[in-house]
Amino acid sequence: MYQLSQDTICGISTPPGTGGIAVIRISGPGTFGAMEEILQAGKGKKVSVSALKPRTLMRVQIMDGDYILDEALLTIFPGPKSFTGEDVAELSVHGSRYIQQQTLMLLQRKGCRIAEPGEFTFRGFMNRKFDLSQAEAIADLVDSSSATAHQIAMQQMRGGFSSKIKVLREHLLDFASLLELELDFSEEDVEFADRKDLGNLLQKVRTIVVRLVESFEVGNVIKNGIPVVIAGKPNVGKSTLLNALLDEERAIVSEIPGTTRDTIEDEIVIDGILFRFIDTAGIRQTVDVIENIGVERTFEKIKQSSIVIYLFDIHEITATELRGILNEINKHNKNAHLLVVGNKIDKEDEEYTRNEFKDFPGILFISAKERKGLDELKGELVKVFDTRALQVRETVVTNARHVQALRNALSALEKVNDGLKNNFSGEMIASDLRLALYHLGTITGEVTTDDLLQNIFSRFCIGK
Amino acid sequence: MRDSGYDIIVVGAGHAGCEAAAAAANMGAKVLLITMDMTKIAQMSCNPAMGGIGKGQIIREIDALGGYSGIVSDKTSIQFRMLNRSKGPAMWSPRSQNDRTLFSLEWRSVLESLPNVFFRQDHVRALTFSGDKVSGVITGTGSEISAGAVILTNGTFLNGVIHIGEKNFEGGRIGESSSKGISAQLAERGFETGRMKTGTPPRIDGRSINYAVLEEQQGDSEPGKFSYMDNTSPLYTNGPEGRKKQRNCHIAYTSPEVHEILKTGFEQSPMFQGRIKGLGPRYCPSIEDKINRFSDRDRHQLFVEPEGWDTVEVYLNGFSTSLPESIQIQALRKVKGFEKCVFFRPGYAIEYDFFSPMQLFPSLETKMVEGLYFAGQINGTTGYEEAACQGLVAGINAALKLQRKPMFHMKRSDSYIGVLIDDLITKGTDEPYRMFTSRAEYRISLRQDNADQRLSPVGIELGTLKGARKDSFLQRQKDFTEASKAFKSISISPEEINHKIAELGGSSISQKVKGSYLLSRPGISWTDLLLSNVVKEALIGLHPDAISAAETAIKYEGYIDREKELAGKMDRLEGIVLHPDFEYQRLSSLSAEAREKLSKARPSTLGQASRISGVSPADISVLMVYLGR
Repeated sequence: MYQLSQDTICGISTPPGTGGIAVIRISGPGTFGAMEEILQAGKGKKVSVSALKPRTLMRVQIMDGDYILDEALLTIFPGPKSFTGEDVAELSVHGSRYIQQQTLMLLQRKGCRIAEPGEFTFRGFMNRKFDLSQAEAIADLVDSSSATAHQIAMQQMRGGFSSKIKVLREHLLDFASLLELELDFSEEDVEFADRKDLGNLLQKVRTIVVRLVESFEVGNVIKNGIPVVIAGKPNVGKSTLLNALLDEERAIVSEIPGTTRDTIEDEIVIDGILFRFIDTAGIRQTVDVIENIGVERTFEKIKQSSIVIYLFDIHEITATELRGILNEINKHNKNAHLLVVGNKIDKEDEEYTRNEFKDFPGILFISAKERKGLDELKGELVKVFDTRALQVRETVVTNARHVQALRNALSALEKVNDGLKNNFSGEMIASDLRLALYHLGTITGEVTTDDLLQNIFSRFCIGK
Repeated sequence: MRDSGYDIIVVGAGHAGCEAAAAAANMGAKVLLITMDMTKIAQMSCNPAMGGIGKGQIIREIDALGGYSGIVSDKTSIQFRMLNRSKGPAMWSPRSQNDRTLFSLEWRSVLESLPNVFFRQDHVRALTFSGDKVSGVITGTGSEISAGAVILTNGTFLNGVIHIGEKNFEGGRIGESSSKGISAQLAERGFETGRMKTGTPPRIDGRSINYAVLEEQQGDSEPGKFSYMDNTSPLYTNGPEGRKKQRNCHIAYTSPEVHEILKTGFEQSPMFQGRIKGLGPRYCPSIEDKINRFSDRDRHQLFVEPEGWDTVEVYLNGFSTSLPESIQIQALRKVKGFEKCVFFRPGYAIEYDFFSPMQLFPSLETKMVEGLYFAGQINGTTGYEEAACQGLVAGINAALKLQRKPMFHMKRSDSYIGVLIDDLITKGTDEPYRMFTSRAEYRISLRQDNADQRLSPVGIELGTLKGARKDSFLQRQKDFTEASKAFKSISISPEEINHKIAELGGSSISQKVKGSYLLSRPGISWTDLLLSNVVKEALIGLHPDAISAAETAIKYEGYIDREKELAGKMDRLEGIVLHPDFEYQRLSSLSAEAREKLSKARPSTLGQASRISGVSPADISVLMVYLGR
């Protein structure tokens, strides 16, 4: 069999974007192992791939730790009777981009890597799953995504950030040049960087790479919708509120191409901004999801969100009690913006209520049932986005492949750092740095030996 | 008059020509070496030194393949230094100062000892062809000599023009005439040609230098060698009286005053005034270039290198210049120690023709004319070492061709020579190409200590490494295996080694460990392991070079494995051959840029194609699919 495939690849085989379902394909020797690790057949029930019948559907749950990411369908195709000739699995997941992305990241954490454009087809070809007459078609397929990775990266970079990439490239070039300088030109009459200077320069590089990785999370927020959690005790009106918001905005939502009824239900566009309500199905089905504010799961969800709406029934809570609950939420929540919303307001007690809760800045009062105060709430959601927008504009990395490259680079940079700290010989550090440069190539553009030498010759007077 | 003919004609007897002739002759070919001047064989036209960082490794590789540059360098060495000693062994680079005259004589006697090498003092006016094949040469004296293959190693002689200040004249080296006719003839056949420039500093009468005020630079106290053979000792190890000690080099410095004087000559500088069109090397700039580009520096280093055992002539490394001679000497006399200096001859710049190396196969045979090979500066390289290794490769391949055997294709993963040739034929070059270790992606594997392991088996197979040299390699190889086995199998106890570890400042071991484990720690060397009697006994009688090669391989193990893995991936692509007539333009699935670049570069393998800028991994996949792989 074709020898390049010592690694296992994964990718989304359905067209990009949101759909009813999405098919994630995994191929390579580690496929079935990864499946057993991320899937369960039911609560606490392991999936044993060897016991499965090939090419038949099986219902599974995709587990992110203890958390059920999605209900999915699994089909296995043991090699060589598969598209690629290797062990292949296909997971049909729900179509939200969030689920797709999370599943891919889960697979990567289990040792898979994102497939190169056309790589499944390519592997299939290498394993002689196709005959030559199909070559042209396959080649065209591969070609359809053959624009260079760097160009794609550049296109995906938003305005102000491409200058950051430029800075990153310059730092990398400088760092690599200084390392090579002492290796290739140790006989020259030039000043060599000491390990401390190199350490400082490396720190700059790492900071930028870390920021880029983090920006992926922010980038995802824009692409997949701003995650919002509605928290609150049972019967405070969480599902009524959600339905009210959904009803109001349905007309707008359905104009978004490619969206289906399934996904409209928990995605809302307000003023052109996509908000995604996490696990809202749960809210509708089981009113008592967030029965106790101390329950771990609630905080898990809050962690995943950018905005938390804490909804309470104004008739059933005192200011003191509310303060206690909010303190508890704040303890567990560092990043999300908290909106405190009192529900079930009516004319008679409005004045009393406003007075009772006057010490809570930004508090809103609505009546979900009467559709009162919803515009205010929506305005508040948009305002939250706007005030966080500065951070959001820093988005640069929106592609899982790039994130993987950055993470790989980061781990190589860690080794570089170790080498500097432990006073390794320069050629060893340079070897680790080359690996980092290789991974960062798709982001920064390739850094070639010619680039390094050019940089060295322009900065240092080399040559006898 | 018609000569009876040869298998191979080598045009030019520089470093490339000599290696080419010797290799081909050793493989059984009848070789004619044509040179304009038999007294200038393997002339060191520039500095009297061999090796250096990246270059010393090449000499070791030449030696491992059965070439002679290492042996000749050793025998004529007047000083040896292992550069980069403060770095890891992968960076160690041998370099020697040499006696220029002896070097030439030694090479001549090597060549004369090979019965298959014939000589002719003449110049080549034109090549002869039979269809698309080369068939021989026509010499200046009118002889037509036929051959199955011709190797051109013309150095700087093709349409060479020498510049000193506002003066310029034709010449291949100073005092020697240039070679005309071949360039025009090849250009007419469609070869792409260009101009390059290089320069050389003045040669000075050592008796006029005040050495007392200069810094001294000595050779290594335990000098190493280039050749893997033990019987190539330099004179200072066993030579006659007066040659028992290595010669010193000296270091001098320019000053702002020197720079001011040099600047007054800029108006007459052929470089700044645009009379020189060719591109010079950035890493070997003229002194005027250094002052101009790095105006903030108030001094530059100059190296005073002796030209030999018995001569007072010295080479002033760092002062390459094409300014008028009067300016050269005025400025130099402001350098401390050079107040009264006298020239043997001024520095000069030379422009010459080269041919884009992208027109070559990895065998260095031209794509356009079968049987015609190029090696050395004609391919846009600079340096004796770079030239010599190309000569070796061209000579081997010309001989293989006549034996109807597949070409000898060196890879980036097996040698610096492979890196050099691949760079040249894949990317071309627009300035004189010099080797740097940073050009090698498998740098930790391509060491001077293991060039024999990498290449000698091939040399034996080719027939270039034979007799005592072959036996010596096989013995070292055996020793290497034994030493590696000893390090990996013998356990050493805390009692035996802990006091040594403490001395070196490391953390002690608490139980018995393998020697290889200790060696992988920085600072511990194999000589420390001799504290164990078992290790000592196992190593008795093994060649020290083989032992330290085994040690180095252990120290770098993780890095070497990683490089092997990368090289393995690349090798699979290297194994896929692309036909020279492949019609890339027809492949609409390739990106437009890839189609254009591939059509121009005409790579020989998919691996080579993958290194062409503008050819993406997806393009490579497309090609793979088309090739049915």
